[in-house]
Amino acid sequence: MSANHDRSNLLEVRGLTKIFGTLTACDHIDLNIAKGEIHALLGENGAGKSTLVKMLFGSLEPNSGEIFWDGKPVQITSPGVAKKLGIGMVFQHFSLFEALTAAENIALSLNDGSPISTIAAKARALSYSYGLPLDPESLVGDLSVGERQRIEIIRCLLQTPQLIILDEPTSVLTPQEADKLFETLERLRSEGKSILYISHRLEEVKRICDRATVLRHGKVVGHCNPREETAASLARMMVGSEVKAVVRAPAEGIETAPALLEIRGLSRKPATPFAIPLKNINLTVRAGEVIGIAGVAGNGQGEFFESVSGEVLQQDAGSVRIRGKDAGGLPITGRRLMGAAFVPEERLGHGAAPRMRLSENLLLSRHATDGKAFVGSGGMVRNGAVYSAAQRIIKAMDVRKSAPDPEAAALSGGNLQKFIVGRELDRKPSVMIVNQPTWGVDAGAAAHIRQALIELARSGSAVLVISQDLDELFELSDAIAVMHNGELSAPLPIAEATFEKIGLLMGGAEPGHAEHRIEVA
Amino acid sequence: MRIELVKRPQRSALFSMLSPFIAFALTIIAGAIMFALLGVNPLNAFEIYFVEPISQVWQLHELAIKAAPLILIAVGLSVCYKANIWNIGAEGQFIFGAIFGSILPVLFPQFEGPLVIPLMLLLGMVGGALYASIPALLKTRFSTNEILTSLMLVYVAQLFLDWLVRGPWRDPQGHGFPQTIQFGDSAVLPELMPDAGRANWGFVFALVAAVAIWLMMSRMLKGFEVRVLGSSPRAGRFAGFGFNRMVFFTFLLSGALAGLAGISEVSGAIGQLQPVISPGYGFTAIIVAFLGRLNPLGIVAAGLVLALTYLGGEAVQSALGISDKVARVFQGMLLFFVLGCDTLIHYRIRLIGMALMKPNGAKLEAAPKLEEAR
Repeated sequence: MSANHDRSNLLEVRGLTKIFGTLTACDHIDLNIAKGEIHALLGENGAGKSTLVKMLFGSLEPNSGEIFWDGKPVQITSPGVAKKLGIGMVFQHFSLFEALTAAENIALSLNDGSPISTIAAKARALSYSYGLPLDPESLVGDLSVGERQRIEIIRCLLQTPQLIILDEPTSVLTPQEADKLFETLERLRSEGKSILYISHRLEEVKRICDRATVLRHGKVVGHCNPREETAASLARMMVGSEVKAVVRAPAEGIETAPALLEIRGLSRKPATPFAIPLKNINLTVRAGEVIGIAGVAGNGQGEFFESVSGEVLQQDAGSVRIRGKDAGGLPITGRRLMGAAFVPEERLGHGAAPRMRLSENLLLSRHATDGKAFVGSGGMVRNGAVYSAAQRIIKAMDVRKSAPDPEAAALSGGNLQKFIVGRELDRKPSVMIVNQPTWGVDAGAAAHIRQALIELARSGSAVLVISQDLDELFELSDAIAVMHNGELSAPLPIAEATFEKIGLLMGGAEPGHAEHRIEVA
Repeated sequence: MRIELVKRPQRSALFSMLSPFIAFALTIIAGAIMFALLGVNPLNAFEIYFVEPISQVWQLHELAIKAAPLILIAVGLSVCYKANIWNIGAEGQFIFGAIFGSILPVLFPQFEGPLVIPLMLLLGMVGGALYASIPALLKTRFSTNEILTSLMLVYVAQLFLDWLVRGPWRDPQGHGFPQTIQFGDSAVLPELMPDAGRANWGFVFALVAAVAIWLMMSRMLKGFEVRVLGSSPRAGRFAGFGFNRMVFFTFLLSGALAGLAGISEVSGAIGQLQPVISPGYGFTAIIVAFLGRLNPLGIVAAGLVLALTYLGGEAVQSALGISDKVARVFQGMLLFFVLGCDTLIHYRIRLIGMALMKPNGAKLEAAPKLEEAR
């Protein structure tokens, strides 16, 4: 790092360190962001990206290190200070009120007392000039995830920032919507604004970013020009070793294999004003195959999972059939006893109770299916048996932890996910339904989980994977169906599926209506 | 100037354990100030309040009599609260247990023998459970708030008992006093050690209940179900545990234990029904449950402490002429400080001066939580 502060660097970070207890989340991070560049911040989960960004945005205070803004040392003590300097941030998880309009949401965060109509007019003008059309009068609850992200971006741009931080912005977008976003980012760059772009999608980093800083275990392991790297070399930098590619043996004789999971005309009314109704969903998963369900977040995947798992019962018992028997009227325990296993999207608070130990969390989903092994006479829990089964799963899935039997909340997301998936795999279920199997999981663990799911299918089980990560679905699935607005398309065999085709379906195009205009423009 | 509570990243295990003791110490300090303001020497008052009532064996028996209903009710409530279900109406369930259990000695006084007591206890539990099923039904059917319904039903129960003993159940030979006939010998809960003091089997029931509930909560699948549903309801649903079933289970269990406490009190300590049969045991038990950290074994200790506040209240009234309402004050302060200490274990206080309240800053920090909380 040069000692004289180069004015061409908008932001210069030197030796920034943040320590949580015994964990050094960021260890002497150096980072330079030039004016008018798109700078990628790469790293696996837990590498320290979020911590670094939170320090830059003033929501965390560094233990040591310096930040220079436009060559001058600054203390970013709060998000208010960051904004005043000219740093704007678009979070991965939106903070919008669904019951308010886009303009009202923007007004709330600006908080400068100007009337809503003025803000709406400004927002509209800005949104069109950047090619992100938005109706400020529309209710957030009615908007798609992509449109909600536009509100966040416009809210950020209205404060005329010099540096815009984007946290995993494309994880909620269709490929076409992502393309549109990239155009906007390039436009911003041409105006001399700087962008810090956080992503784990290496292809898009290669496509739009000028420079990249790679973090691993809280340390900077390298700066590079992503255009000169390959996705594999970037992944190697992030992980520190080769990531094992997932092997998917071709499925044979699927057409004649028994259907283990059948969904027939499944419909569901919305339970809350902002829930998505399910409309006449049909799907068959046979022994030995992996079916993927793609779709932009919030198109009914959560509602679908709840219905199939039995957390919500169906009126028509025949609308969900497991191993040839009606299951629609049975609650989740009954469906598990028929041989099904479930992994929900949310790990903490849904798939696992955060404040409970791993062994207790094993009991959570298996107290009925393994009733004989885990629960003795009079309802006494056989703690020894549960504990050793938990240790078996921890070993099989290579779950890394700090104590023999820690609380679920003490594990990193990826390790907890390995445990939750392993908890179900350990049962050798004949039907496995997984929502977002590797969301927020690092590359090594993700490969492990995917491989395990494929092997479960090839050993004769039916596996259904719901995911927003298209790369993952292409890696895993024998066929991909797309969920849009509560409807499910017919599955496309993997040999025929392309990103283009799936992306169009994700945007709402009906199969066979290729000329259908996608609402991203 | 504004006060904010900021969540601590870690809970201190040490202070979690110390919290009831700190709360007790703070109660003593505040109590000393109160006594001083009343013009009494605090040291003298504390001796009368906390030491003298337990200096003789027969007084320990009195302590056990007061502690028994508190412990019985509080262990039941601890299960409710662990499940995040808020039964505040144990006082009413206590009264209905007493009324149901009294059916035998009041309406069938000629029925005697060794079966009377067990049947009365059983009826008491049924009465408490039935009365507790009302808020449970309202909650599961109509999503009413169980805090309000169970609390309001307390007043219904109190007035119903008052009407009973003044009306249909009044002792015809009682010179018009609002009370039922004295229970027959076989309807009186036997004393444990009649030579040493008045303590009856109610205290044994309390200890048995505490151990049984402790076993259930720590070793059995049912206790696991309670803890999962209480700490993360969605994970509980994923586990296949029904929330509505849990509402009924916890209300019926705590109602039955409160009912058992009620009939034990009437049959053991009082010997008849009268307009007022409880100095607020059902409410004080809430304090006992929290002071015992919702752990049945901790509740036994906490029950004895709170029982002492009742005895102390009576003692300062007779010795110093201070109103026995001072007992309520002590109980209230104890709960206040327990909850305060618990809050400060999980959160720290941050003062925000006006100058620092930048228009955007504070709001934005809170904002990202919205989507997550959804």
